[in-house]
Amino acid sequence: MAITTHPFLETIEKLRVEILELEASQVGSSEVSPELEAARNQLDAEITKVYSNLSRWETCLLARHPDRPYTLAYIHDIFTDFTEMHGDRRFADDPALVAGFARFDGEPIAIIGHQKGRDTAEKVRRNFGMPRPEGYRKALRIMKLAVRFKRPIITFIDTPGAYPGIDAEERGQAEAIADNLIEMARLPVPIIVVITGEGGSGGALALGLGDRVLMLEHAVYSVISPEGCAAILWKDQSRAEEAAQALKLTSETLKEFGVIDEILTEPHGGAHMDPGAMSSTIEAGIRRHLRQLKKLRPEAMISRRYKKFRSMGVAADR
Amino acid sequence: MKKGQGVPRGLWIKCERCGAILYHKEATANLHVCPKCDYHFRMSAHQRLDSLFDGGRYKTLFNRIRSADPLEFTDSKPYRDRIKIYQKKVGPQDAVVVGQGEIDRSQTIVAAMEYAFMGGSMGSAVGEKIALAGERCLDRRLPLVIVACSGGARMQEGILSLMQMAKISAVLARMREKRLPFISVLTDPTTGGVTASFAMQGDLNIAEPASLIGFAGPRVIEQTIRQTLPEGFQRSEFLLEHGMLDRIVHRHELKSTLATCLGYFR
Repeated sequence: MAITTHPFLETIEKLRVEILELEASQVGSSEVSPELEAARNQLDAEITKVYSNLSRWETCLLARHPDRPYTLAYIHDIFTDFTEMHGDRRFADDPALVAGFARFDGEPIAIIGHQKGRDTAEKVRRNFGMPRPEGYRKALRIMKLAVRFKRPIITFIDTPGAYPGIDAEERGQAEAIADNLIEMARLPVPIIVVITGEGGSGGALALGLGDRVLMLEHAVYSVISPEGCAAILWKDQSRAEEAAQALKLTSETLKEFGVIDEILTEPHGGAHMDPGAMSSTIEAGIRRHLRQLKKLRPEAMISRRYKKFRSMGVAADR
Repeated sequence: MKKGQGVPRGLWIKCERCGAILYHKEATANLHVCPKCDYHFRMSAHQRLDSLFDGGRYKTLFNRIRSADPLEFTDSKPYRDRIKIYQKKVGPQDAVVVGQGEIDRSQTIVAAMEYAFMGGSMGSAVGEKIALAGERCLDRRLPLVIVACSGGARMQEGILSLMQMAKISAVLARMREKRLPFISVLTDPTTGGVTASFAMQGDLNIAEPASLIGFAGPRVIEQTIRQTLPEGFQRSEFLLEHGMLDRIVHRHELKSTLATCLGYFR
């Protein structure tokens, strides 16, 4: 378990540790000690208090919580027979993005998602969930394969953004993202997008052009990170809190803007408090939307997808 | 000296690259290119359209589309006020001007971005105008040229500006399917969400010489890797070498190149 030091989570994190320790000391006993029960109740109450009034910046911090479940954990819980496929067939394999096929309710399905690392070594290997062009090209390769065999596509979004490095630029980071967008607009199979953590700008959108966009309650989705925004607007990264507030990057606002279709409620305290329950909620969401989408003919589905994104934005016409 | 509106006003101007002192009229007549060193001054959207359409004749489209302020965004000043200031200073058209006219006697729609309007940033108004331009091409079976000149998505419109990338991509995907040509012209600078969407989605991607073109801005990359970037990194010539562009075309040849290339697909 990883503990964060954000002030708004201080009491909650302390109680989490206390409860874990108590639970460990009571392994084998069938009764819950009064002490443990009190701590659990206290945690519940504290979460209710803190979470009823989260700022947008605090939601960002939750979306980045080091214990938050990542794509492979959800894949493991929700699907069966997952086989990961590697490589873009052009340059390399990108561990920051995982792709492959699995079964959902017995039916074959394609899965693509950003993947962050848990410990330091894995974080580095997965480049903190920031794909390079080969990651996006691998994603498109698998998506096209899904189309050939008429398999639906599920994408999981959780990235700070596409990697901004020399090598990524050399190999056409912008082109790789752009190509995914123009291709995804017309793929004749259902695409369901689940934003699980950080929806970081173009690096997120490159997996985000789908028929349904579902978003976890405490996930964020933004054109730029609050830190990046603050650095540009005020030349001061430390004003990220204000920037997060101004960017309106939380699920509730995005639903109002029509950018996402549904908010998936998180377990009390967030996905990391009960990953299994979170997986069940996502699974139910995928099942419900997939059932609806499967009723559509491919042309009707593509045409609806067009209208969905065509109508996004707010401009004046005078 | 202010960038963004072609060669600076005044009788005499100084080239930003070679320092040559140029007679203003001479540089303007030279399509805002330094006659000494070929430096391409940034052009305004209207200067661009003037230079591409036959006889500089075209009608502008979708002029009623304006930026709104869906997020009620405020930094050092409210976004709403910022828009008004730019509308007064640069013109009401926001960061793109769409024109329809003839290029080498063939009807074409050209969307030229306006860097002087908030760094050519793409918000909902830009997205809407380019989407409408593409849909008009679909309706009338016309080719589309977009001249990109932009720092990327407009932060002040948050996620909605990011969604313009998806919106325009969806329209261009339809053009592809209907076999209507789209040529992307990348000029200095083209970065961020504009590069990561339509600017790299051309059937042909053509750039002006020495233009800064990239996904991440050079400062962001330097901060990430904590190194100074090599000379010429993210310039047109670098992108051509790495296979991201079809051609680099001098501004003097741009109109004729577009005419020739559009001819291949008509």
